[in-house]
Amino acid sequence: MAVEALALTNRLSRALGRGSGTVAGGRVGLALDPSLLSTLARGRRVALVSGTNGKTTTTRMMVAALTGPGSAAVATNDTGANMPAGHVSAMAGTLPGTDAVLEVDEGYLPRLVDETRARVIVLLNLSRDQLDRISEVRMLAERWRRSMEGLQAQSAPDGPGTVVVANADDPMVVWAGSPAPRVQWVGAGQVWHNDAVGCPACGGGITFGNEGEWGCDQCDFARPTLSAWLEGSVLVTAEGSRFPVDIRLPGRFNRANAAMAAIAAPFMADPDHDATSSGPPLTTALALSRLSNVDQVAGRFATRERKGHSVRLLLAKNPAGWTAVFDLFDEHPGDDAPVVLSINARVADGLDTSWLWDVPFERLAGRPVVATGDRRRDLALRLRYAEVAYTVVDDPLAAVDRAIEMRPSPVSQHAGSSEQEVADPIDLLGNYTAFAELWSRL
Amino acid sequence: MTRANRLPLTVAVVYPDLLGTYGDGGNGLVLARRAAWRGIDTQLVQAWSGQPLPTADIYCIGGGEDGPEVRAAAVLNADRTLHRAVDGGAVVFGVCAGFQMLGSRFPDSANRSHDGLGLLDATTRKGTGHRAVGELVATVATDGPRLPGGERLPPLTGFENHGGVTTVGPQARRLARVVHGVGNGDDQRSEGAWSGRVLGTYLHGPVLARNTALADLLLGWAISPSAPGSLEPLDDTEELALRNERLESAEASAPNRLFARLVGHRH
Repeated sequence: MAVEALALTNRLSRALGRGSGTVAGGRVGLALDPSLLSTLARGRRVALVSGTNGKTTTTRMMVAALTGPGSAAVATNDTGANMPAGHVSAMAGTLPGTDAVLEVDEGYLPRLVDETRARVIVLLNLSRDQLDRISEVRMLAERWRRSMEGLQAQSAPDGPGTVVVANADDPMVVWAGSPAPRVQWVGAGQVWHNDAVGCPACGGGITFGNEGEWGCDQCDFARPTLSAWLEGSVLVTAEGSRFPVDIRLPGRFNRANAAMAAIAAPFMADPDHDATSSGPPLTTALALSRLSNVDQVAGRFATRERKGHSVRLLLAKNPAGWTAVFDLFDEHPGDDAPVVLSINARVADGLDTSWLWDVPFERLAGRPVVATGDRRRDLALRLRYAEVAYTVVDDPLAAVDRAIEMRPSPVSQHAGSSEQEVADPIDLLGNYTAFAELWSRL
Repeated sequence: MTRANRLPLTVAVVYPDLLGTYGDGGNGLVLARRAAWRGIDTQLVQAWSGQPLPTADIYCIGGGEDGPEVRAAAVLNADRTLHRAVDGGAVVFGVCAGFQMLGSRFPDSANRSHDGLGLLDATTRKGTGHRAVGELVATVATDGPRLPGGERLPPLTGFENHGGVTTVGPQARRLARVVHGVGNGDDQRSEGAWSGRVLGTYLHGPVLARNTALADLLLGWAISPSAPGSLEPLDDTEELALRNERLESAEASAPNRLFARLVGHRH
């Protein structure tokens, strides 16, 4: 009954144009049957993907990895509804028994772990994000850790158990994931260390080395032994296999997401999966080849044309995410195309804009910046103190047009020229709701 | 501006690795830039917790999580550089956890009480209600710090996010009175505290970016301790636009019209 009410509400919600129709129905379903999440998860293989950054992309990549020609559909919450209402909607929309890959809000992960008996749990990273809403990083890591401790108790001795695939380069994730009975540690990288300087085990100081190794200076908390790691654009396994990570999505952080998805996906199909094994059902190499075709994720990294110029859409929600995008800019040195930055501080973004001061905007010096979004004033003030030249434009779409006007005259497109240069796209970077608005309007 | 021949002006951000969670490192940047824009030779130092605390004219201590707050206070109490600097006239500016630890006692997440630095007569205990999260507006107290020339500081605006309740003792004074928000959470509706050249507040934002008069007050204390003169004015158009937007936003959500009267003019 709860499932029917859920489907009906979602149809109504879509018909009324009040959203993509995934959250309202889920809420109704859960209100009628509080155990709906566990009911729907029963009999399915479930993967949970959580972390501060990259969870939508990694979820999308896992779905791609599990979806081959002729393979069954996968239930997934690809509209970004990453709380239980979105999860029940995603599962209710598919046949019982269908595999599910669910993106999970960090705060809800323990509940999802309890209720879904997940086959695979992917832990990406933990850093400061929406501190007015989500618990502080350390409290969150503690809650994850208690949840992982619970896995020990819940896995039946003869059952397949849960495999945790966790980023070994983030000490907060290692602290959280360590108690799990089965962990695949992946050296996926983590540029942002500012939330993991104090040791979560003893309060000592964590020191990071040049080769990715790290450890506490007062206790034995340190990077665990890796099952796999990224070396530039190659995913290397402890057994010695080397898989090129040649994906369509840009940037180092996306290669990290791909590595996590490629290690995790095979465990969905076969809990005794061994990365070196060849043949069916799903190898790391096949997973990588499938997920490499993902070229945009709910608009992220998509390119749109506007007035003859290409505009690349980028989403970053917190200091670690923005830093990763600035790293992406650095992969194209000499790029001086204008950048449009849009900042909102609605509930989904976090109401406090202080985090803008943790973002190294100084790195944009030399590129023309257009500031927009609800909180363009906060952004402008931050840019002023970063001594980066900027223009404030109230309307986000008008801001894109201003950037187009600011761009040096486009490379003339000689008909028949074989060496036609492609101008760098205008980058448009927004936080959550600011990005969503621009994506829908472009 | 007759600063002693102890150039350059040094602004230290204290333990950004432990107390850098809420963007408060921006306060150090604001102070350093506002001094440099006036032609004052300035250096901004990030003082990491593993190293001895450097000598500085202004120390900024930011907000952080409970565990790192306990650790930072313990290290600063052992180091003693900050205490000596205060005796020598240095300016200390604490925000949130940084404010709490300036007092004599503060609690951790398990509600165990820890020794603060004892640089402000204030004590913090764990609040019983909800965590205070949201925009905060407070008018500076009549016995609050005064700008050069005796002018009162304009209303303070910022974002608070804390679970502690701070009581200001007789040896310190309250910084401001809350118009919108929670602040110290005591029965006086007070916000922040100050004494000599030590000043603490619950406001993030960062607070000195949104309240440049407060930034310039601290700079004035550091630049000319014996005779704080007026600092050359800067073009604060951007800051005023943000202040007005934030004050209007708080006013729009304020429960009564008293707000407008208390805040008065917006500049």
